Formats: sequence, structure tokens, C-alpha cells
Amino acid sequence: VESLPDERGMTIGAPEIGYAITVVALALAAWGAVAAVTSARGGAATLLATAERAAVGVWALITAAMLVLVHAFLTFDFSIRYVAANTNRGTPFYYRITALWGALEGSIILWAWMLGLYTFIVVWRYRRRQPELYPWVLAVMLTTLAFFLLVMAVPAPPFERLSPVPPDGRGLNPLLEDSGMITHPVALYLGFTGFTVPFAFAVAALALGRTGEEWITITRRWTIIAWYFLSLGLLIGGWWSYHVLGWGGYWAWDPVENAAFMPWLTGTAFLHSVMIQERRRMLKLWNLTLIILTFGLTLFGTFLTRSGIIGSVHAFTQGSIGVFFLSFLAVVLLGSFSLLAWRVERLRGQGDLDSIVSRESVFLLNNVFLVAASFTVFFGTIFPLLTEAARGTKVSVGAPFFNLVNIPLFLSLLFLMGVGPLIAWRRASLESLKRNFLKPVLAGLVAAAVLYAAGIANVLVLTCMALVVFVTGTMVLDFWRAARARRRTGDGWMAATGGLLLRQNRRYGGFVVHLGVLVVALGVAGSQAWSHQTEATLGKGESVELAGYRVRFDGLAATEESNHFKVTGTFSVAHGARPVDVLQPAKKFYPQEQSPIAYVDYRLGFIEDVYLVLGDFARDGSQATIKVQVNRMVSWLWLGGVVLTLGAVLAVLPDRRRPA
Amino acid sequence: VSRGSLKWLIPAAVLPVLALLAYGFWTDPRGEVRSPQIGRPAANFTLTTFAGTPVSMETLRGRVVVVNFWASWCVPACYEEAPVLEQAWRDYKDRGVTLVGINIQDKDEAARKFMDQFKFTFPNAMDTGGKVAVDYGVYGVPETFFIDRKGRIRERKVGAVTDETFRGHVERLLAEPS
Repeated sequence: VESLPDERGMTIGAPEIGYAITVVALALAAWGAVAAVTSARGGAATLLATAERAAVGVWALITAAMLVLVHAFLTFDFSIRYVAANTNRGTPFYYRITALWGALEGSIILWAWMLGLYTFIVVWRYRRRQPELYPWVLAVMLTTLAFFLLVMAVPAPPFERLSPVPPDGRGLNPLLEDSGMITHPVALYLGFTGFTVPFAFAVAALALGRTGEEWITITRRWTIIAWYFLSLGLLIGGWWSYHVLGWGGYWAWDPVENAAFMPWLTGTAFLHSVMIQERRRMLKLWNLTLIILTFGLTLFGTFLTRSGIIGSVHAFTQGSIGVFFLSFLAVVLLGSFSLLAWRVERLRGQGDLDSIVSRESVFLLNNVFLVAASFTVFFGTIFPLLTEAARGTKVSVGAPFFNLVNIPLFLSLLFLMGVGPLIAWRRASLESLKRNFLKPVLAGLVAAAVLYAAGIANVLVLTCMALVVFVTGTMVLDFWRAARARRRTGDGWMAATGGLLLRQNRRYGGFVVHLGVLVVALGVAGSQAWSHQTEATLGKGESVELAGYRVRFDGLAATEESNHFKVTGTFSVAHGARPVDVLQPAKKFYPQEQSPIAYVDYRLGFIEDVYLVLGDFARDGSQATIKVQVNRMVSWLWLGGVVLTLGAVLAVLPDRRRPA
Repeated sequence: VSRGSLKWLIPAAVLPVLALLAYGFWTDPRGEVRSPQIGRPAANFTLTTFAGTPVSMETLRGRVVVVNFWASWCVPACYEEAPVLEQAWRDYKDRGVTLVGINIQDKDEAARKFMDQFKFTFPNAMDTGGKVAVDYGVYGVPETFFIDRKGRIRERKVGAVTDETFRGHVERLLAEPS
């Protein structure tokens, strides 16, 4: 879009068009929300139709705004401040598209767009099916959309004009020039915004006083989808951290990571506790509390990431939007908890806990641990604020605190993961416990003994691995029994297992997701226990040895890339006498950055990765310092993500069981 | 207390957390870390301006000196403050104030283009090798240092300088007895 001054000297270009779209969308969303509430409170049915059209219109407008911004990025329209701040003429083509969500303002557009998409699906699926809950659901979703559009209109406008127009832009944060940054925010935001749907149904149920199982049954799939994307977002974030940041780890208990992890924990708790309500009509109040907390934490996560109240090693954005987020968070929490208090008489559970040894109690314990973990993370994350308020100094708690408290919790959760799916509802008999758990427990103990004999002395790692074997044992046992039972009805093994997976897809989808979590747990334990690293300064032709590998320094080369200057080291890697690979870690010098960016090179393997980070080097290429890591089982984290995906897909397939 | 009113403790429980977050938001996120440079003598430097004349900190003793670090790729902050700096220079150069622009991590051509665009008339020099930036503890552009007549750094501004900050600091330093 060419910027041409009109006769009054005003300029109408992409910034103005984008801003106008934002404002219209905001007005439409606000109007739609009002119309939806009015119709929900007994107003005219035509108002509901208006609200629906508004919802669809808002989504179309956000899509248009996004396209305007993408176009501006592709055509280097530096009259938009956001474009100038996040690209320059050297930015490669497809990072110009992902630069869209490279910083705060564009992330909010992406966020709003996804929420708009979810709102559209809600309109499409529930307008006829859920006539009572639907108007309230629409009202909540449109209000949330209006909030994000307000953020786009006032404190963080993506379309702000930059005048005078600079000849070139600043460029994308070099750390974000990575394929992980294409998928990570998308998955994470799909997860964050996805929780809006169950939250909206919960609020609708409270508003109507329909506090039964209805809203939970409707939102089951939504919860799984949101949870899945959040999990995926976390894992891809770990992958990005691992192969871009160059410290060889995938998780640092950084506030930004914690921000995404907290709603994951409460969301996981919610995913489990709703099953008790469905089955036993217990925990109504608790389930509503969990979904409100989860939604609140997704907002808090954004607030934390985007307001800069707590310093972070990768706080990419700072802004004055904190006050907006805080106000909205206050409205959401005070509003929905007040609704909850108002309806509290209707939320008494109808069932009671019959025995401590029952599935109900295992699920309860699972919830207690998950919420405790979430609380710990929350506490640790805001600890600097607490100390500042109390003592006037900012004191951060680091990884040791988080690990100390959370590792026992996570190990307990692993144990419960084995017990929960198999133990009987209400009251488990000693007989059934023996039948279900004796063999898996033995398998776990044997595994622990074998691993100990193999030289693993770390108690936590040993416990984790034994638990993984135990849980896998319970699942294999259960599945084998069920398949055998089906085979008796005449199916072959293939047909029996396939039929079982598809017909009881809810149960076995859950199993496969658990399997994915186990694979991730093994990756974490293995990488903690068996990884090695060393650092050496090598002259040309010299080599360093680590864990059976020999890494030889072959030389340095300098190249001028489109938007940076790059110094690449060449290192031959051999295992024993056998050459394995040639790795080329580099240092990238961007004009807009004070310090060079490490470019890690690695060879990924199922059991171990060889991971090289280039340190200092002599300008004449005669010497280089290299950090060599042999990271074991890190690939299992990514593999676990794949398994998780399969399980989630299985779990959201339509239910094929006929009602009994 | 009746059960009926106790239930309102549920939403009330949220208030302390909100209050803490509000506190966190309204206090400075950077925790007001004062630069250790403040109050110290400004590091000396001798550079050659783009116009080819030498500029040195030592020869400026007795004047209020403003040192501004910038780069042509610094979008948008450097572009925002550039007109402010040029105007301030024109207003103050005859009142005992010297403004020195130091261009860092840049290319000669791009830097000259930037100066042409904003019609800079104050002395600007390129910090080849980045030594001056290191001496002043610059961690990003733009950054601006206000130095008093005795040669001590008195204020440091991170980010774009506004007309108001510039005039405020400079007027205060000019008011001090020399």
C-alpha cells in the first residue's frame, strides 16, 4: 500500500488502514458482547443473531488486519513502527512472516485471531445445540476478544505509524530466526486461547445455575485440545531453547517458561478431576475453581511475559500494557469467583468418598499434587516481587528451589499415573489391587535393581526410571487383558487391539498420552543422569575427547550473510576410530546486537546427541574454544511429543461406544 | 458470621494476589538500578568526527557536555530522538553546552545517510572498535550521558531522549556554579 498524502496533508497508508480495522473490530466485539448478554437475560432473539454476526465479523476483521500486517512485512513497509522494529531488508523471506509474532504487538494480533477462530467454531457448533448456555458462552468469548482488541487499539498498537520512515528496519531478534519460532508461539497461543472455551461454558453454567455435568461433557474435547496445544507449545519451547540458546538445556524455570507451565498444571488437574464429576457427581465447586484458575493463569502468563514486572532472561518485550492485563485479570477473577460464591449452595457434591483406596482418592491426590506444583511455580515466580514488597530488594529463587519442591511432586504424580487408571472406583479390594498391581510393582523393583547394578546411583533418577517401568507395566497389563477378552469374541489380535483403541478411544487415548509423558520423563531423567560436557581451546588439527567421541578442530571460515556476519568453525567428530560427522557451530554477529549470537551445531541421536558450541577464537583461525556436550536421551523429549500427539488425536475422536 | 457471608471469602481471596501484582507493576521493573557511572569522572576519548575534525572529552572541560550514543539501525528510538537532539544543540550551543554524538556498531555510509536525513550540525564521530561505548558501559542504543562542567557523569538516559529530559538535565547542570 503506497502512502499518499491527501489534499489536507493527511497520510492514509497501511498503518491507518490497520488501525481503522482494529477499532471497528473492537466496537463490533463490544457491541456483540452486550447484545449476547442482553439476549441471554431474556432479550429479543434477534439480538442473539446480531451477536453471532458480530462474532463472525470480528474474526473476519482480525484476519484482514493480520493480512495487512503480513503484507507490510513482505513489502518492507517501514512506515509501520512494528515492521521497522522487527525486520530489515536482510531478513529472509519466511522470517518476515513469522516476524508477525516476533514481539508483543503482533503476538496480540495472533492471539486475538485464534480466539476469533475459536469463537467462530463455537458459533458454528453450538448455536442450535446449546440454546441456553450458548448466549452466555458467546458473551464471555466476545468480551475476551474485546479486551484483546482494546490492547491492540490502545497500549500496544501494532499499526502505529513511524515518522519519518527509516530507510531500513532494526531487524528481528536474531534468536527468533529459527524454525522453532514458527511453531512454538502458534502452539502455545492455541493452547492459551483454547482454555477460553471451557471457561466460557463454566461461566455460562454458573450464570444459569446449571451446575451439573452438562458443561463438562460439552467441553471435554475442547479441554483436551487446549491442553494438547499447550503441551506441544511447552515441548517446542524446550526444543528451541535446546538448539538455539546454546547452553545445552531445555528448561530453566525462567518466568516466561513458568508462565506457560502454570496453566498447564492446573489444566492437567482439571482434565482429571472432571472425570470424577462425570462419574460420581463430586467436586463441582473444585472443577469450576480449576477452570477459572487455569483461564486466569493464561492471562497472568501474558501479563507476566508482556509487562516486564519480573525480569527474565528471555523477556523479549516490555510494555505499559501491564495495567490493562491486570485490570482484566481482576475483572475475570473477581467476577467469576463472585458468581461461584453466589451459586455455592448448588455446588454441593452428591457423592462421598467411600474409601481412601479408590480411584476417586487417587484422582484427588493427583489434583492436590498438580495444584501444589502450580502454586510452587507461582510462588517461585513472583518471589522477587514478594521480597521487594517486604524487604525492598529483589531476590530471585532459581532452579534449585523449583527442583527441590517439584521433583518429589512429579515423581508422586508418575506413581499415581500408574495407579489411577486401573484402581476400582469407590473401593478397591485387596484382591483387585493384587491382580492389577503386583506384576507392575515387581517389574519396577526389578528395573530399579538392574539399573542400580548398572551404576546409576542417583536416587531420583533411579526412582523415576523404576516408576516409568511400573506405569508402563500397568498399562501393558490392562491393555493385554482387554485385548485378550476381545479376542475371545472371535477377533484376531490386530482387530482386537485396533477395535479396542477405536472403541474405547477415550480411555486408550489417555493411556497413549500417559505413555508420551513417560517417554518425556525418561528423557528428563536420562539427560540429567548421563550427560557429559567439556570445554577446550584447540589449535588447528588438535582434538578433544569426551564420552568416546573425538572432536577435532579443522579451521575457521568467515562469511557475510544477508543480515549478519558469521564465523564458522569446522570440527570433525569421530566415535572411536569411525568418523561420524562434520559439525559447524558458528558465531553470528548482527549489527543491531551488542554480543554475538551462538549458532549451535549438533548431531541428534536416539540415545545421545553430540552438541557443539563455538566459544572464543583467534582471528587468524589458528585457535578456537569449543564447548562439547554429549547429551543423552534428550531426543526422548521430542519423541514423547509425538506420542502425546497420537494420544490426543485418539482421545478427541468421536466416541464410538454405544450407550449401554 | 453466617455461612451466607462466608462464601464471599472466595472472591476476596483473590485480592491479595492482585494487590501484589499491582505493586509489582507500579514499581519500576528495572528496580531503579543506578548506573555505577553516575558521579564518576567521564572517561576520556579522542575521536575524529565525520567532518574530519578531532573531538576530545578533555578539551571540553568547563562546558556541560551531553554524549549521545546512536546507530542508524536503531529503529525507532534513534529516529525519534534525532530531531530533538539537533534542535537542542541549536538552542544550547551558545550557552556553554556541547553535544557529542557517538555512532557505534555501524557502517560509515549508513551513518552519514542518517546524519543527512536529520541535518545534524553537532559533532558526530564513529566509535570504531567500540572502545568508548565499553568505557561508558553502554548496553544498547540510544543512550545519553549528561556530564557536568567538572567532567563528572551526572545523569544517564537509556532510550530516546525527549525534549523535556534534555532541557531539564542541561538547565540543572548549567545552574550549578562552575
